[in-house]
Amino acid sequence: MLEITHLGKTYGSGDRETRAVGDVNLTVTEGELVCVVGPSGCGKTTLLKCVGGLLRPTTGEVTLHGRRVSGPPEEMALVFQDYSRSLMPWTSVRNNVLLPLRHKKLPRADRSRLVEEAVDAVGLTRFIDHYPWQLSGGMQQRVAIARALAYQPSILLMDEPFASVDAQTRGDLEDLVLSVRGQYGVTILFVTHDIDESVYLADRIAVLTHAPTEVKELIAVDLPSPRDQIATKELAEFARLRAHVYRLIKRERPAPGDLEAEEALAAAHPES
Amino acid sequence: MSARAWRVAKVVAEIAVPAGILIAWQLWTASAHQARFPRLSTILVQFRKMWLFSQFNEHVVPSLERIGAGFGIAVVVGIALGVPLGLSPRARRAAMPHIEYWRAMPPPALLPISIILVHSIANRQKIAFIAFFCIFPVLLNTIDGIRGIDPTLVETARSYGVPWHERIRRIVLPAAFPQIVAGMRNSLALAVIMMVLSEYFSSTSGVGYVLLISKNTFQLVPMWAAIVLIGVLGYVLNLLFLLVERRVLAWHRGWRAALPD
Repeated sequence: MLEITHLGKTYGSGDRETRAVGDVNLTVTEGELVCVVGPSGCGKTTLLKCVGGLLRPTTGEVTLHGRRVSGPPEEMALVFQDYSRSLMPWTSVRNNVLLPLRHKKLPRADRSRLVEEAVDAVGLTRFIDHYPWQLSGGMQQRVAIARALAYQPSILLMDEPFASVDAQTRGDLEDLVLSVRGQYGVTILFVTHDIDESVYLADRIAVLTHAPTEVKELIAVDLPSPRDQIATKELAEFARLRAHVYRLIKRERPAPGDLEAEEALAAAHPES
Repeated sequence: MSARAWRVAKVVAEIAVPAGILIAWQLWTASAHQARFPRLSTILVQFRKMWLFSQFNEHVVPSLERIGAGFGIAVVVGIALGVPLGLSPRARRAAMPHIEYWRAMPPPALLPISIILVHSIANRQKIAFIAFFCIFPVLLNTIDGIRGIDPTLVETARSYGVPWHERIRRIVLPAAFPQIVAGMRNSLALAVIMMVLSEYFSSTSGVGYVLLISKNTFQLVPMWAAIVLIGVLGYVLNLLFLLVERRVLAWHRGWRAALPD
């Protein structure tokens, strides 16, 4: 359903030209959960923004259901890492989840049903009329997930969504993603730098090289479903996959000289 | 000091210090017998005679109307201009020199020409005069507030395909609102000043008019009564504004308190 072909993104031009994304090819099929992992600063977020239609790729293209993505597509939802900054502090959880539905042509009753179902799916029904800042970090990220679900996307893009919550909450949120994925039948492209997380969640993992990034290897994950934070992570196969991905990424560690270039890149383009 | 004692001390200071000053004023004026400084009690008697409420309709109501209309227009125009300028760096670059030029203009310099331009010496000129100068705090704060909006918020809305007018209504304006309100508060204080100033010139009613006429006819007690009234007006308007702000921006205080650092 989602096809990324020869995608490249270059910032700036001339001497100040920096290539964040080199040549990425990836196909995601209906209902799949694909994790994208790569060394830090490799251009994961840039890649995701191109896929989400928020950035225009320099080369190549992204198609969704065979249609070329030129702006944010209607059947796609994005969950950012910075949950606290992506929620509106001046209004309730309910209105935050309602935001993407307001301009959809839907009867009022359907709208509030979608909102309530989504809030229920993430277990926050009791807090629906609270302000987001009255909730903990993990709960705020649930609100962001509920908002994406209420929008009823066919594909969900998640950009390191759990990078800033504690380990316990993170495990809960991972399981939440797996459960709503079944409930809503949504395809997910999940960007993370956490190798364990990628192995635990994914049907397939795309390992990226450092900038300008390409897909280094695609790994099929054959772990039994439903997954379990304890049992799944005890499996020998889990350990094998984890080690395999780890080695791939470790080999990508940039030489000391490159590190400065990476930092400069990150400073020049905070959005990547 | 405990929190409670601290609060009590603050309230006492707020009441006791002005009360002390007034008492000192009364005692000094009573013994000094200075024509320029009538006794406080004389001023207050005059205040009651003029403003409660025999001349209230004649002079206070028109002044309040001018403040209200001028301030209202300034808020609407300031926000309407501030939104596009806050959103577009190009528009900002083109407009900022003009804004800075007119903002730096001392208001009295424009008083004579305002009559010619607006073609009126009546309410229209006074309201236009007040509105013109009150636009700037609202305008500049709207621009600043919008520039300071977290891009994540706007990008989220954009990724959900929220149309631009909805983005302005649901994201941009509410996010910039705390700062817009701060600008409005400055404008309101400015509106009182501009009201007095505009009524100095070709006027037949208003508190500023009474002040000027009393001074010109050496009626110092009514003049002082007008000064006291202007002070009270400014104080009460600010107080009302704060009460409304407290309700409307309740979320903002809660949110700020919840921020990690």
